[in-house]
Amino acid sequence: MKTGTLKQILLITDGCSNQGEDPALVASLVAEQGITVNVIGILEDDHTEQPEGLEEVEEISENGQGVSQIVYQDALAQTVQTVTKQAMTETLQGVVNNELKQILGSEKTMEELPPEQRGEVMEVVDELGETCDLEVLVLVDTSASMTNKLPTVQEALIDLSISMNARIGRSRFAVYQFPGRKKPIQQLVDWTSKLDSITSIFAKISSGGITPTGPALKEAMYQFGKKTLRRRFTRDDYTDIEEA
Amino acid sequence: MITQTSKKPDIQLRKGQIVKGKWHRHHYHVVKKLGSGAIGAVYLCVHEKKQVALKISKQSASVSSEVNVLKSFQAVQGYHLGPSLIDVDDYQAQNGFTYSFYVMEYISGESLHDFIRRNGHEWLVSLLIKFANDLHVLHQQGYVFGDLKIENLIVSRKPVQLRWVDVGGTTLQGRAIKEYTEFYDRAYWQCGSRKADPGYDLFALAMVILRVYYPNGFTKGSNPKKTLEQKINQAVAIDPLRKLLLMLINNSITEAEQIKDFLLNYFIHQKSKRDKRRRHQKAKSPHEALYPFLEIGSILTIGGACYLYVTFFM
Ligand SMILES: Nc1ncnc2c1ncn2[C@@H]1O[C@H](COP(=O)(O)OP(=O)(O)OP(=O)(O)O)[C@@H](O)[C@H]1O
Ligand SMILES: [Mg+2]
Repeated sequence: MKTGTLKQILLITDGCSNQGEDPALVASLVAEQGITVNVIGILEDDHTEQPEGLEEVEEISENGQGVSQIVYQDALAQTVQTVTKQAMTETLQGVVNNELKQILGSEKTMEELPPEQRGEVMEVVDELGETCDLEVLVLVDTSASMTNKLPTVQEALIDLSISMNARIGRSRFAVYQFPGRKKPIQQLVDWTSKLDSITSIFAKISSGGITPTGPALKEAMYQFGKKTLRRRFTRDDYTDIEEA
Repeated sequence: MITQTSKKPDIQLRKGQIVKGKWHRHHYHVVKKLGSGAIGAVYLCVHEKKQVALKISKQSASVSSEVNVLKSFQAVQGYHLGPSLIDVDDYQAQNGFTYSFYVMEYISGESLHDFIRRNGHEWLVSLLIKFANDLHVLHQQGYVFGDLKIENLIVSRKPVQLRWVDVGGTTLQGRAIKEYTEFYDRAYWQCGSRKADPGYDLFALAMVILRVYYPNGFTKGSNPKKTLEQKINQAVAIDPLRKLLLMLINNSITEAEQIKDFLLNYFIHQKSKRDKRRRHQKAKSPHEALYPFLEIGSILTIGGACYLYVTFFM
């Protein structure tokens, strides 16, 4: 069994959106296009509890069929890769569950199988996670409060590329910031397989006060290439991967 | 990390509670919590009058994955490739959710920190030799342990031995390491990739030893490798151990077997060196060589004095 390229948007932010469409709504539409939306919320080091603005984080990821986590800066690197991997596993489990329904002809999902069979299915999921191709568009909030966190974000992205490039399957990354100048998002790094060679991604950033998360997510969706949109993981989806 | 989102709440088992499996219907009596981490929690339980360890999690996928690894280890007889697997099942909790769990051999013992604090750092060498053996067998099976860290190791008794628990990071060689912890991770220290090869575990093993010397860890600084070398040179007084650690982080040891060879070699070598030195000393010291003559001389003198005394005064 094979799957198409897994597509994810990874949103990194430290606050609440304050302009444009509702990001949770946009996320649900993006997810319908077969793109998972994962969100990482960064806390200020002196925050002992979760500030209100970050409640949105969970809402966006749930509607985006992805994973979210709220962390302090020093855990960012490890979190970025865990979130990405966890979301991959969940998506792949979804794919496998669909297959199971077709094979078993019932509403059976993995979790309802007896443990022995579940183990066998899990081997397939693990295998897919290792071999599938992956595209991650990283969308970084560069509003004023994020400025001091950007070096850490960059380190975490390099780390992500190290983790993902250790897989057998191919991984590609693109990095965008939002808000852009006069546009919802601005490209920082075009699709590439290696982020580790890139230095000072965030060097030329001018941060503003607004956080248009909704519009940014919507724009990000289009960066996956229009031809691949409107397709979920279907059986005929894997034909173009080999030579891609 | 303070929050993790997932629809299913975490599960807490209470002391005295009975966990009954949905499929195999075995009963487990919860005694106490042994520990918890990113995946789930592990409890000491009693089943048919025997102590067992039960790991339960809301992530059924992770449980299945770990069970698969433990199963493949059971085939390798005579080695301690992780705790042996006893049962796999689901638990239907009061809250209406189902949680996957597996039951394994309970490994009783203490943490490496406690053991070394009580018995001394010299023990590290012997623990390492045995542990490297197990690691070697694991590698020969085509696996890499992955998440090797102090928290995943237990010093068991009779015989004293370092054993690993938590196979959550165990990865087939050639694939991407499934789980890791920054302080022990080769890529974090810019000393290599996250692709599973034996060297990945060997680096982590060096960090385990180093962590014994620095219980709170340390940060990587601007030149991570240099930081490591400095920390090793500053703290590790045992000669062979220091040399071994330096080789491990420099990638000049690539197989677990070599650890045992190096350490044993060092000791044999050192012993014969010491013997040689002793022989050397003997030959050189005129003092030592004269002892027999002095002894005879003194006996003769005393004997002679007595003879004279007897002949003249009696
Ligand atoms: N078989 C066992 N016998 C005795 N103690 C055990 C056993 N398995 C686990 N433990 C104890 O429980 C603790 C937590 O277990 P484990 O590491 O498997 O959990 P985890 O959720 O995978 O944690 P993490 O992934 O963060 O390391 C261990 O550190 C160990 O002290
Ligand atoms: Mg553990």
